Amino acid sequence: MASAPARRAAPTGGARPGPRGSRWPGLTRPGPRGSTGGRPGRRGVTRRQRVAGWGLALPFLLIFTVFMAGPVLASAAMSFTDLRSADLRNPLAVDPVGVDNYVRLLGDETLRRAAANTAWFVLLGVPLTMVLGLAAAVALDAGISRFRRFFRVGYYLPVVTSIVAVAVVWRFLLEPDSGLVNTLLARLGVDGPAWLSDTRTALPSLVVMAAWRNMGFLMVVFLAGLQAIPGELHEAAAIDGCGAWARFRHVTLPLLRPTLLFGGVVTGIGYLQFFEEPFVMTGGGPLDSTLSVAFYIYQQFGFGNYGYAAAIAYVLFVAVVGLTAAQFRLMRSKT
Amino acid sequence: MTTTAKKRERGQPWVYVVLAGGLVVLVGPFVWMLLGSVKPDAEIRRVPPTWLPEAPTLDNYRHLFTELDFPAFFLNSVLVAGAVTVGNLVFCSMLGYALAKLEFPGRRVVFALVLGMLMVPGMVTFVPLFMLVSRLGLVDSYAGLILPWLASPFGVFLMRQFMTGLPDDLIQAARVDGAGELRIFARVVLPLCGPALATLGILTFLSSWNNFLWPLVVAQSEDRYTLPVALALYAIGENNTRYGLLMAGSVAVIVPVLLVFVALQRHFVQGIATTGLK
Repeated sequence: MASAPARRAAPTGGARPGPRGSRWPGLTRPGPRGSTGGRPGRRGVTRRQRVAGWGLALPFLLIFTVFMAGPVLASAAMSFTDLRSADLRNPLAVDPVGVDNYVRLLGDETLRRAAANTAWFVLLGVPLTMVLGLAAAVALDAGISRFRRFFRVGYYLPVVTSIVAVAVVWRFLLEPDSGLVNTLLARLGVDGPAWLSDTRTALPSLVVMAAWRNMGFLMVVFLAGLQAIPGELHEAAAIDGCGAWARFRHVTLPLLRPTLLFGGVVTGIGYLQFFEEPFVMTGGGPLDSTLSVAFYIYQQFGFGNYGYAAAIAYVLFVAVVGLTAAQFRLMRSKT
Repeated sequence: MTTTAKKRERGQPWVYVVLAGGLVVLVGPFVWMLLGSVKPDAEIRRVPPTWLPEAPTLDNYRHLFTELDFPAFFLNSVLVAGAVTVGNLVFCSMLGYALAKLEFPGRRVVFALVLGMLMVPGMVTFVPLFMLVSRLGLVDSYAGLILPWLASPFGVFLMRQFMTGLPDDLIQAARVDGAGELRIFARVVLPLCGPALATLGILTFLSSWNNFLWPLVVAQSEDRYTLPVALALYAIGENNTRYGLLMAGSVAVIVPVLLVFVALQRHFVQGIATTGLK
């Protein structure tokens, strides 16, 4: 990513007076100085910009207020009440309960289980997905000369596929008796487990499935990062006598660091909220072994415990914000 | 690109072997699904499983039309994903441009709100959103399926990042020529945003097409079901032993997005390279 801005500037031909130094101009500093079209001009021009700016922003802001910000605030308010589905017809029955919901979730055994499952899902899933995506990207970038597009489309196929369709086929693959996976294992003389109905293998199965499904996305992201690394660096390292592995270790990896962090955080944020996999594959079972925090929130909504569910959702929100903040700290510390 | 040329000289055979192995793992399940969709149920269940169908049949696909209202589900999916995609292209590029190139009070606040919203988990807004939609009387309507997703913070971020890279001089020149701000946006800036619009369009269409939790909750009668909802209810429901039908339905869900993706994948990859990484 280090040279992504340079890559981008080339085709548009525009060197702009903006904050070219920062890698993520928008993220590190909202509203970068000097990136607007206007040189200080007549007052009429600025007023025109003001009117046009708000005019262009208005439709989005309307949707944003009604369908995004509104619900975020409503959810926050709900988390401090005992709102239940039965109260919807009789709003007067809803009482503020202060932080009771937040106190309750601290002692919730099932939530603790869901949090542990989610942590495992992130801790196992993110590195696995990243290693697979990086390996595929490096192989496509440097290892082969033909069929690149063919491989890229194939590796990306699981990413664009509906989770429901993925679930249909994976449930077949993982069938204990007639599934393809256990059939192949049997040929090797291994007695495969009942993957999705065994508490020991259900969660790892979902981790593998998620990595299978998402590695294609990281492959594309990493590929873009790899192609932005100037070839001269590799040539210089090769002249200095570095082997392929040393070049990967000391040239590719350090320059790819921002891209890796970006990919890791995007994947981590997604995995922190993992919901669809257990929803379509296991229903959270067996014995809550694949119950995730997001799935538990959904269950609480289903039980009608709106206030409590909103409180858990906010805790998940804080976890996502924390992960993102950690990422920016990491990026700033070294770039 | 000089080294790629050099590296190209020795595309080692073992890399092809490894990549092909990966391809088997990633695409194999789909091939198996495709083959399964032309097998009768009994053959799909056989132990050990067969790869090639012994007597290929299109019965499963025929049943999609005779037993399910497949064309209606398909049209619903097209309608919802199409409307959501158009909405995102329009609204996100409008705000993206304002944030990238126009000076107006509150710009930083708006951008900060957009970025903040990117981090909000879907579960935080899920129930208030449903309560809102039901209070508006939009449950089981197309409006209820479409309206909440007509714009996305991600889309604004993507368009803004791309447009920030466009040269200011171009816009300034158009201003000097006397073009109005909206005209500059529509006639000068948007035509330059092809790759970003393509990326946003593909990503939005894919995620809307594949979205299933929201339509599962909002679409309550069969004539509002989208494809994934119909398939999910069918797969989870009592008919879940109709394996051939499930396979055929899955193929039907995948093929349209696959076609869109293969047709536009060049823009898509380019778009991730230019915008996703900034």
